[in-house]
Amino acid sequence: MNKTLLILKHEFRKILRSKTFIILTLALPLLLILGFGVYKGVQEWHHPAAPEEVKIGYVDEIGMFDEYTNQSDVLFVLYQSEDAAKQALLVKESKEYFVIPPDYLSSGLITRYTMAREAAPSEKTRGQIADFLISNLLSDEVSPQIVERAKTPMLLASIRLDESGEIASGQDVFSSYVLPMVFVVIFMISIFFSSGTLFQSVTEEKENRMIEILLSSVSTRQLLVGKVLGLGASGLIQVAVWFITLEIFAEVASGTIPALSDLSIPVSVLAWAVVYFILGYLLFAAIFSGIGSIVPTAKEGQGLSVIFTLPAVLPYYFSYFILTNPTGALSRALTFFPLTSPITAMIRISTKAIAPWEIALSIVIIVTSVVVTMWVAAKLFRVFLLMYGKRPALREIVRYLREA
Amino acid sequence: MNTVEVSQISKSFKGVKVVDNVSFNIVQGEIFGMVGPNGAGKTTTIRMLMDIIKPDSGEIKIMGEPINEATKDRIGYLPEERGLYKKITVTESLFYLASLKNMRRSQAGDRATQLLERVNMLPHKDKKTEELSHGMGQLIQFIVTILHDPDLVIFDEPFAALDPVNTQLLKDIIRELKSQGKAIIMSTHMMNQIEELSDRILMINKGRVVLYGSLGEIKSRYRNNSVFIECDHLPESIAGVAGSKNHGKYVELFLDGQTSSQVVLKDLISKGVMVDRFEISTPSLNEIFIQVVKEAR
Repeated sequence: MNKTLLILKHEFRKILRSKTFIILTLALPLLLILGFGVYKGVQEWHHPAAPEEVKIGYVDEIGMFDEYTNQSDVLFVLYQSEDAAKQALLVKESKEYFVIPPDYLSSGLITRYTMAREAAPSEKTRGQIADFLISNLLSDEVSPQIVERAKTPMLLASIRLDESGEIASGQDVFSSYVLPMVFVVIFMISIFFSSGTLFQSVTEEKENRMIEILLSSVSTRQLLVGKVLGLGASGLIQVAVWFITLEIFAEVASGTIPALSDLSIPVSVLAWAVVYFILGYLLFAAIFSGIGSIVPTAKEGQGLSVIFTLPAVLPYYFSYFILTNPTGALSRALTFFPLTSPITAMIRISTKAIAPWEIALSIVIIVTSVVVTMWVAAKLFRVFLLMYGKRPALREIVRYLREA
Repeated sequence: MNTVEVSQISKSFKGVKVVDNVSFNIVQGEIFGMVGPNGAGKTTTIRMLMDIIKPDSGEIKIMGEPINEATKDRIGYLPEERGLYKKITVTESLFYLASLKNMRRSQAGDRATQLLERVNMLPHKDKKTEELSHGMGQLIQFIVTILHDPDLVIFDEPFAALDPVNTQLLKDIIRELKSQGKAIIMSTHMMNQIEELSDRILMINKGRVVLYGSLGEIKSRYRNNSVFIECDHLPESIAGVAGSKNHGKYVELFLDGQTSSQVVLKDLISKGVMVDRFEISTPSLNEIFIQVVKEAR
């Protein structure tokens, strides 16, 4: 059998048996199953008790708030004096009470008394009291319809139009915000995990002194390519497991969870995700194998690798900006900078805000970077493979590269 | 055909010549000893043979051609810097490394069992190598080297960290390999081991070849024409002996150059001397090395 293939198989099987890989790969499916299970369980067993009617006392020092006291889940009880209202609260007849002072119309001041410890009154209570006040203030002046609108002035729906004035696709929150972010996180975890593992794998034979034994059978190129592809294959499996899980989850959840009814992941987006995953992985794999070639142990390379992982997480920090401004200068720049390109392009593809030429250009840029970096990495690997226990200076690296 | 042909290879690191114009040949069925002190350039020469380092100049042919994937499959190499995969079992390691030599799994399995049995490691075959002692690891590395039945075997310091029993065991196996017609290179700074095993030697110092040829021929070349004798008493005069030197337990007799040692022994016996030991003095490789280096200065 081809020796590159043998190394690929060996590395692939090794990683597939590693506990970290198994746990990481199964984490997402398990989390989703757990989440779905909890949701179904709550649906099944939790029957919310009919809301107990809450009583809120009030003291009306103006004398115009006497209607609309019986709302759907709250009863407003009028007390003649603050003392009476306080007594009712103390014997727990009412939950709380508020006072409408004589100068309310000019000052708007309402004082609320409660025995509950709270940072601020709940939105619900606030809304109930506000609705009660609005209803009483307006009922004599305008029609019930207008009262209703004053209470709920709008139910907002916004629609994004494209350049031709047509309704742009991908209107829902899920495909414009959630899906891209899911991609970003999956990408970052998987690319960093696989290429980080590669990093250790490249230094492994130097650390355990297997390198010369291996090189009596294979070339440095076969060894490096075998490792990169072997770990890449495992990363691809991981991503495939996650994507399939997401696809199934989207299918099931959209049918059963009303809030997620329009959940679906377009196949074309998934296809691009696979393409960009492979490209992104190859790029970071090439970079990490280059670093792994220079340093004698994985530990010593950690510092160096941060230089490259830091830019790679930029799209994550700028994700909100990219999502809201996908064709802006920064978004474009991040699309064409090799280290940030895979993730940025994926964010923009999932929001459908990327031109075909941009996809093409970003792919050309990444592929070129991969080829160049891989070439450099293979050279470095060959030159530094026998350097045990010593990290070369930058000047040496440059000199060796020129000589090689 | 020579199994290995090295002609005029040189290698410098940072301006220092580590290997300087070294040439030698190795044929099937011999143990070729590479000796020299630490830092003489032995390991660098071997790494150039294995195409791990490229020579600055000179040419290396293995089995008639520059090293390539096919020839690599016929070489077994035990490097000085060696280890094992810690997290996988002995058997898995052996299978993986044999597969990289294009050996079929079934074949590798049979031969691995046989060799593990031979070095008494069969009970440990399913252990992870990190559970093995250092010496056991060495035995496994030795098996890795010869598992695929190579035609050329290169051992760089093969007995480091081995106890005398296992050292003897490996020496026996190396002699067997020789009798099977394999070409064997043994590199070590332990001159006595080379002396014991090698047919021909290459002695290098500071990157240069100082001696190259058959061990017996070299030894007789450096013989200083004397015999060692241990006996009850020494007669006043002995035929053909020009002088003597008392070493305490034994006496060194210097021959006159015309008489053979046979005649001397005969004369001693005829004079009624009880001989406990009679030995033609041959300098050890160590002494030869010291002499050669002195002469070079």
